[in-house]
Amino acid sequence: MSASATVNAGYLENLLAGQPHLPASPLAWLNALRAEAVDRVGALTVPTLRDEEWRFTDISLLTKMSFHPVRTTISLQVADIERFYIEEATTRLVFVDGVYAPQLSSAATDNGIAVVNLEAGFAAHAAAIEPYLGRLTEFHDNVFAALSTAFLHDAALIVVPRDISVTVPVHLLFIATQKDVVSYPRCLLLAESGSAVTVIEDYVSLQEDAYFTNAVTEIALVDNARVNHIRVQREGAKAFHIANCAVSVARASNYQSVSVAFGARISRYNLNVKLAEGAECAVDGLALISGRQLADTHTCIDHAQPQAVSNQMHKCIVGGSAHAVFNGKVMVRQGAQRTDSKQSNRNLLLTSKAHVDTKPQLEIFADDVKCTHGATIGQLDDEEVFYLRSRGLSDTAARNMLTYAFGAEIIERIPISSLKYQLEQTVLEQTTNQL
Amino acid sequence: MIHQDSKILLEVSGLCANVNGTEILKGLNLTVRSGEIHAIMGPNGSGKSTFSKILAGHSAYEVTGGTVMFEGQNLLDLAPEERARAGVFLAFQYPIEIPGVGNSQFLRLTYNTVQTHRGKEELDPLEFDDFVREKMKLLEMSPDFLERSVNEGFSGGEKKRNEILQMAMLDPRLAILDETDSGLDIDALRVVASGVNQLANKDNAIVLVTHYQRLLNYIVPDYVHVMEAGRIIKTGGKELALELESRGYDWVGVEHKAAMGALA
Repeated sequence: MSASATVNAGYLENLLAGQPHLPASPLAWLNALRAEAVDRVGALTVPTLRDEEWRFTDISLLTKMSFHPVRTTISLQVADIERFYIEEATTRLVFVDGVYAPQLSSAATDNGIAVVNLEAGFAAHAAAIEPYLGRLTEFHDNVFAALSTAFLHDAALIVVPRDISVTVPVHLLFIATQKDVVSYPRCLLLAESGSAVTVIEDYVSLQEDAYFTNAVTEIALVDNARVNHIRVQREGAKAFHIANCAVSVARASNYQSVSVAFGARISRYNLNVKLAEGAECAVDGLALISGRQLADTHTCIDHAQPQAVSNQMHKCIVGGSAHAVFNGKVMVRQGAQRTDSKQSNRNLLLTSKAHVDTKPQLEIFADDVKCTHGATIGQLDDEEVFYLRSRGLSDTAARNMLTYAFGAEIIERIPISSLKYQLEQTVLEQTTNQL
Repeated sequence: MIHQDSKILLEVSGLCANVNGTEILKGLNLTVRSGEIHAIMGPNGSGKSTFSKILAGHSAYEVTGGTVMFEGQNLLDLAPEERARAGVFLAFQYPIEIPGVGNSQFLRLTYNTVQTHRGKEELDPLEFDDFVREKMKLLEMSPDFLERSVNEGFSGGEKKRNEILQMAMLDPRLAILDETDSGLDIDALRVVASGVNQLANKDNAIVLVTHYQRLLNYIVPDYVHVMEAGRIIKTGGKELALELESRGYDWVGVEHKAAMGALA
């Protein structure tokens, strides 16, 4: 026990090494928040399989490696990254190894809308973001969120003013280019009352060596707002990706999210959605992994007030000797009457060594609610394979088509055609390669 | 249409088969020539559906004896997809749903796969669209079907139409229609039957597997076979179906046993 604690402490000290060199923020509250986060990192340890929230997810591989904050920034050209562009999403913020790249970005500041990096947006929006930045994500018991907050100095910032609908989707592109580097991508989205916006949070890599992405996203929907949040994790094959996302959905607001995880050696995504009265959310996800990948999705949908609606469909397609984890908690608090919640987790195992752990959790403290949840784990259905073969498709083509279809049901929910097409092609390629 | 000199498409001799160790087919004989329409009738559990699935190559059934020749080749040696490419088509009693795959994408993939194996040209999406819309008219199907996922949310009748549409596209030599009439209302039955009748020609053959005589009012068979306990025990013309409708199946079995007794 003491040995592992020592390893952990050293590991975290090492990660914190660059922190004191951060320039102080002009905002006193942000400096205080960072200091508090540094303290928390000192008090916490890296989770192990002995922690309930991590009992299926072994990250010891991560703690055996050392990562350092980015020292020199790589200057990329448009030609290097153009292939990641999403046709419809012409408003774009690009971060290279966690560092904002203005020459590759097309920020937007019309009509009071801000799609900028935090350093550029501080002055105009300090008061608006203060209640949310670093505060929506609870870091007191979460060492990775605490690390991110300790390093908080820049971020992707989106502020959509009252009653404004942003028609052009916003693309937040995080590109990894260097090995052994840890980066702390950070996003803050504030959708004011009656506003609407679509945001794509996208993690990609230009190299295949190990690196560590430790991301935090905070999203606040004020009354009657509508946010479409698409999250694409297509990190490099040896990457570690740990992300925390906290969403506050105020009265009568609507939060729709689709998150897909294709990349990284080990990935963990924590999504916490808190619903106020009459709020709605749809939280869908797909993990498509193979080889020795591990993809863990932990979600918590918190019905804090009455009459909120939540829908969740999470799917995993697991090939090779990969390992998928789904832990989906739905909490219905006392007084959250007339809650309507549906959760479904479906898992497809493509090989005998593929592995999935699923843990749907329903905690209800109100008596007038409608809640359903369920999980299935299975292989491709022989009758379905036979049907397709009886139409002339080979066994492989039949299996590919069914696997593709299983994943496509989630991809189809993405409201941006070119991204949908891109991801469908990825699913098609991956399913073709695996069988 | 019966022509004694037309060539034999399918020759089944002494076919025996098991599923999960239970013997279902016990020496089935059937000869089908091109241009013919056969109806296989019989009570539930007589082995009708097992027989159709064995012809299509379902792996759950183990053939333990007998032969099945299709156009001179041993059908039992072929994988399901090879049978389909060679011209065997099974219209399923319960077609599967494939959410996430568009019907038009599915139809085009199967059509082009089969065409390629027959040494014919593939169609690009635009050409295929014209081709499939023409075939859909045969079954009075709305073009909306192309936009939907394969069979997802289709009614029973819509699924059966989609099966016959695939038959129309793939142009099989031998089509086996497994309980195609089940779950169809009278209007849907008429449309599906009319589609099948238009597809029947002198070079292909159709085997209708059905429990009820109703379908045979619309698709008139040249032969009616009665199956019981894994064998065909009586063969007659279309009037046999009417007799079965009024008298049930029991008398056929009794007559068959008596005949067998007389032989012994």
